[in-house]
Amino acid sequence: MNVEQILTKYEPKMENILLILHDLQNSKPTQHLSPEDIMKVAEYIKLPISKVYETATFYGLFSTEPRGKYIVRVCVSTPCYVEGAQEVLEALKETLGIEHRETTEDGLFTLEEVSCLGICGVAPAMMVNEEAFGNLTPERVREIIMNFREREEIKW
Amino acid sequence: MVVRSHILVGIDASSILAGAREVMQELIKELNKRNLQDEVKVLETGSLGASSDGVVIVVYPEGINYRNVKVEDVPIIVEEHLLKGRPVKRLMMSPGATGIVVKEPTRFNISKQLRIVLKNTGIINPDSIEEYIAVGGYEALGKALLEMKPQGVIQEIKNSGLRGRGGAGFPTGLKWEFASKSKGTPKYLLCNADEGEPGTFKDRLILEGDPHKVIEGMVIAGYAIGAMKGYIYIRGEYELSIERIEKALSQAREYGFLGKDIFGTGFSFDIVVKKGAGAYICGEETALIESLEGKRGEPRFKPPYPTDAGLWGKPTVINNVETLANVPGIIQNGADWFRSFGTEKSPGTKVYAILGHIVNAGLIEVPMGITLREIIYGYGGGMRVGRAFKVAQVGGTAGALLGEDALDVPIDFDSLKPLNATLGSGAILIMDDSTCIVDVLSSVVSFFRRESCGKCAPCRVGVDKLYKLISNINTGNLDVIDKMLEIAFYMQQTSFCALGQSPIMPIASAIKYFKDEISEHVYGKCRTGRCYFEKVPERLSIAV
Repeated sequence: MNVEQILTKYEPKMENILLILHDLQNSKPTQHLSPEDIMKVAEYIKLPISKVYETATFYGLFSTEPRGKYIVRVCVSTPCYVEGAQEVLEALKETLGIEHRETTEDGLFTLEEVSCLGICGVAPAMMVNEEAFGNLTPERVREIIMNFREREEIKW
Repeated sequence: MVVRSHILVGIDASSILAGAREVMQELIKELNKRNLQDEVKVLETGSLGASSDGVVIVVYPEGINYRNVKVEDVPIIVEEHLLKGRPVKRLMMSPGATGIVVKEPTRFNISKQLRIVLKNTGIINPDSIEEYIAVGGYEALGKALLEMKPQGVIQEIKNSGLRGRGGAGFPTGLKWEFASKSKGTPKYLLCNADEGEPGTFKDRLILEGDPHKVIEGMVIAGYAIGAMKGYIYIRGEYELSIERIEKALSQAREYGFLGKDIFGTGFSFDIVVKKGAGAYICGEETALIESLEGKRGEPRFKPPYPTDAGLWGKPTVINNVETLANVPGIIQNGADWFRSFGTEKSPGTKVYAILGHIVNAGLIEVPMGITLREIIYGYGGGMRVGRAFKVAQVGGTAGALLGEDALDVPIDFDSLKPLNATLGSGAILIMDDSTCIVDVLSSVVSFFRRESCGKCAPCRVGVDKLYKLISNINTGNLDVIDKMLEIAFYMQQTSFCALGQSPIMPIASAIKYFKDEISEHVYGKCRTGRCYFEKVPERLSIAV
């Protein structure tokens, strides 16, 4: 779906901004909202660009920077933290070679530290795009990342 | 052919990642292989038990639960249990587990769980409105609309003593009455499903396991306050919840429980789903309203309260998912029935998420007023082998850190007040003696630092100062502890909303229960060995 098709799915009302931004972001391989996207939304809803931009930059699930194909969101809040989230995070940083909100050079992974994924019963937890992983250990996250890398190599 | 057995597979976020979908496919495959597909039906349901139980399935009519089921176990279960009628003991749920067991609860020693909100979770197929109706669903709606006046519904809820399950514990009936008496029109009913409190996942399981109950509660609430439109604001991370609730809404419309002129009473009500985008602050009711209107989720000044001026400046009631899920039961069975559970001032049950260093992590629904000790040892299976209890954080990350003295205090809205603690969202994080209290506190403070919305200075600046203080606690000067308390105190006094007002709770309670351990850190010592100090200064005064 192109930008226009996504926009016209919704009534041009301010209350639909979040839903539109979600759809726009999901439709792009870079999983981000570009200045052009923001401008088009503003034009469609008839709002100042700044209004749409300030909304887009407020929420953790939106990004105005291009992101990798796989967004690795790792929970670092207390319930995961006491079960070893810090060690899991370190292992991810090491194996990916990136820090919070950075993207690997090959454009595959973006690492994000987040506050809660709502799957606290299997802490420490993370999500790679829509896929959830729980009961993580440093070894297991290295394995998971390796599997994603292999998946990509096979496709190529 | 007559169906002789049903197999329910618990599908929720935790079980999916343990392989529930694969197990379900394998079950269907194995049944087909043995030509049992017409006599044994495989059905999807909501969460069936503790998160640590992996994939849980229940076989009816026996009501036998299997947990930690792997794909490779499926042929044995089908062969032994469904073909030969011999349950596979090795995989059966052990006594004392937190899992939901339906057929004969006493056999599994979980008779102490009392399920009102989670009554149908893991029993019915959440994607089927017929199953919800079959267990008495939407009867309460019929009763409310056909036999009761809106005022009568409000009175019943007031009499029941139901209090908001989102954290603050405000009397629900009173809130409804305020909105009902408020002059403006139209009125709105919002369901707060922006469950962002770390450690809390009860609303997700309610939405995934019994979406119709929440919808029924919403329609009744809408009728009571005189609203025609409701919104459910669900956090963006809860894809499965959004999917199930959307499906349930369209079924409810088909059956005429939603839409125009419900039951021919002239009352019309419909519900729209809105998706959050990853901001903890949007759980605060006025921030949620801002977000729903399409803005940044920054809280509003109160008063006016939402019941007078909420969504688009109109009278609005905002209730938590669990609160609304209690409503059909109260209308159906009456206020006295509800009051027969829990305590005088906190009637009913509470769904707790229990997690951390215990044997069984997961959700339990128990009467209000049970103690932390009962929760840990009675439902959580106790502490892990060789470890002792050290501290519990009650109410989520904004909650107090309670030490051993607090184990026997009843947990409800009021009994925790003398401890300067609150029930909050019902998350209970239990930690053992391997835990360093400063380490935990620093993770709590970094959470607030990440999630402060930045609108007001006390919170925006305060969280950063707290973070710097706790990260560099080894100053060699004990004043650092008082400084932390002071900042948290002024944040509580001057912050715009509950987020900035909250850090005092974990900080003050940690200092109260664990002052010695925190003081040791000031001198560069950590008794658990969790914290590393690069340099231990002799004596430095700190610059704040």
